[in-house]
Amino acid sequence: MALLEVNNLCISFGGLRAVDDFNITIEKGELYGLIGPNGAGKTTVFNLLTGVYKPNEGIIRLDGEDITRKSTIEINHAGVARTFQNIRLFKNMPVIDNVKVGLNERFKYSTLEGILHLGKYRKVEKEIDDEAMRLLKVFDLDSERDTLAANLPYGKQRKLEIARAMATNPKLLLLDEPAAGMNPNETKELMETIALVRSKFDMTILLIEHDMKLVSGICEKLTVLNFGRVLCQGETKEVLANPEVITAYLGG
Amino acid sequence: MKKHDNLITYAVVIAAYAVFQILAATGNLSSHMKGLLVPMTYYAVIAVALNLCVGILGELSIGHCGFMCIGAFTSAFFSKLTEESLPGPLRFFLAFVIGIAFAALFGFLIGIPVLRLKGDYLAIVTLAFGEIIKNVINAFYIGVDSKGFHFSLKNSMELGMEKEGNLIVNGAMGITGTPHDSNFTVAIVVLLISLFVVLNLVKSRDGRAIMAVRDNNIAAEATGINVTRYKMMAFVISAAIAGAAGVLFSHNITTLTASSQYFGFNASIMILVYVVLGGIGNIRGSVIAACVLYLLPELLRGLNTYRMLIYSIVLIVMMIVNWSPKVIEWRKRVTSSLRRA
Ligand SMILES: Nc1ncnc2c1ncn2[C@@H]1O[C@H](COP(=O)(O)OP(=O)(O)OP(=O)(O)O)[C@@H](O)[C@H]1O
Ligand SMILES: [Mg+2]
Repeated sequence: MALLEVNNLCISFGGLRAVDDFNITIEKGELYGLIGPNGAGKTTVFNLLTGVYKPNEGIIRLDGEDITRKSTIEINHAGVARTFQNIRLFKNMPVIDNVKVGLNERFKYSTLEGILHLGKYRKVEKEIDDEAMRLLKVFDLDSERDTLAANLPYGKQRKLEIARAMATNPKLLLLDEPAAGMNPNETKELMETIALVRSKFDMTILLIEHDMKLVSGICEKLTVLNFGRVLCQGETKEVLANPEVITAYLGG
Repeated sequence: MKKHDNLITYAVVIAAYAVFQILAATGNLSSHMKGLLVPMTYYAVIAVALNLCVGILGELSIGHCGFMCIGAFTSAFFSKLTEESLPGPLRFFLAFVIGIAFAALFGFLIGIPVLRLKGDYLAIVTLAFGEIIKNVINAFYIGVDSKGFHFSLKNSMELGMEKEGNLIVNGAMGITGTPHDSNFTVAIVVLLISLFVVLNLVKSRDGRAIMAVRDNNIAAEATGINVTRYKMMAFVISAAIAGAAGVLFSHNITTLTASSQYFGFNASIMILVYVVLGGIGNIRGSVIAACVLYLLPELLRGLNTYRMLIYSIVLIVMMIVNWSPKVIEWRKRVTSSLRRA
């Protein structure tokens, strides 16, 4: 069974069909790329997958479970985590607390125990701290644990966003233009980070990206969106060689 | 280092308490000053409550005195009703339970519509609710006699009570003769408990979730945080603590009226000034700012002409100390070198 199965997904904003008859099937462990020109509807697909927008039509299945009408929170609990095109960190909180927020639903104690610092508080907080540090180490952010997220350099902010998403222990990770605004060095480091996430956590990833070097370098399959519709879909090499894709997107 | 932060806050409060007690015991505190200690402390309590709402949750409420008003009236009502039948300490304890519970309940009810709003809109609507609470209470007439409770919104005659009946809430004249149960020690205990609750909350998973909602509610949702639940949690706890301040308030004065001076828009703004100048999100700062800014105009009464001048200079100085990046950096350097020493 595919991890993510999307059929006939549609949404209109007023008269604009932002996403029209969108289909995608992603197998467990795949690194899948979603590309297309500006305004093609890529971010809108992410917003549909995560319940930010409700589709006019279509069905979304995660691991066989229908998540189409669920709320953003429920979809996250079902196993979808994401990052944002324009970074959205908890800016006034330290790096480690950003990750701890991601662990919030996995390591629990009651509000009363939290206020009194009694009962399971100490034990669970220790677990949260250990787990958060473990994640920060994976992303090479452990030396910045007490830095405010807003004060991190750009590349590390992107990494922290991925670390926070991973803290929710997702089945599927959605990355919206993770390399946007990065210099070539940072992009290279990001590619390593993504490879690491895949190998270390066995993660299935759907990635939006404009950087074709990154896309062709790491994605196994691609879907090309154009004006809200799927233009072409399949193995990366074949898709990038498709003449329609070249005229519509690659500008060849 | 962060661990000790909370302990420092408690120590500052206890030290201030000790200083005032020693001054009082050695006869160095005028009776005027003594009378200021309880109000100073309940303003610190409500400043802590408001900072939870404004600084930790990030929602600007300018109606917090409304919750204080609820706490004050419900607890005073209870204390008057049970003045003869319950022993003092138990009655006062129950008065706290009731004042806090009602303030929390109103926090919840008002939170349902208000927390859907953002920024300025939220501020305006909380302001309106604060005014509504005050004005509604001003219209209440409640009495009790052998037949039970009597209630009216017109006047005390409408209650139709027996002669020996007890008129508890007398419209705009409020509640008179609430037992004088508040004292400085109880007030300080309430302040310490409020600090304990807020500071511990901030260092728990719920506190982190609340601050996550403050910093970015879209990202918080995508991270699985129930935004509505955590907003409500912070708002209700904040209202409850404001209610506790109200209990101290009503048991410290003879005549409790829902007047603008204490519960109106100006009073809410004054507390917001304490919070802003103490540093938004800085709980200890709120306590210090509330105490200094409450006492200062009172202490300067002698210097009538220059009073407001000095007050404004203090406001400006506090603003610079708490908000100028350069000064904050300097403060950090000083404290870290003190730590090393
Ligand atoms: N909430 C909304 N209301 C109205 N129109 C919207 C909304 N969200 C997206 N759109 C429109 O839908 C279209 C697709 O936008 P989307 O952000 O998905 O594009 P994108 O492929 O992510 O582009 P980019 O590469 O620039 O990020 C755009 O025309 C956009 O203006
Ligand atoms: Mg986009």
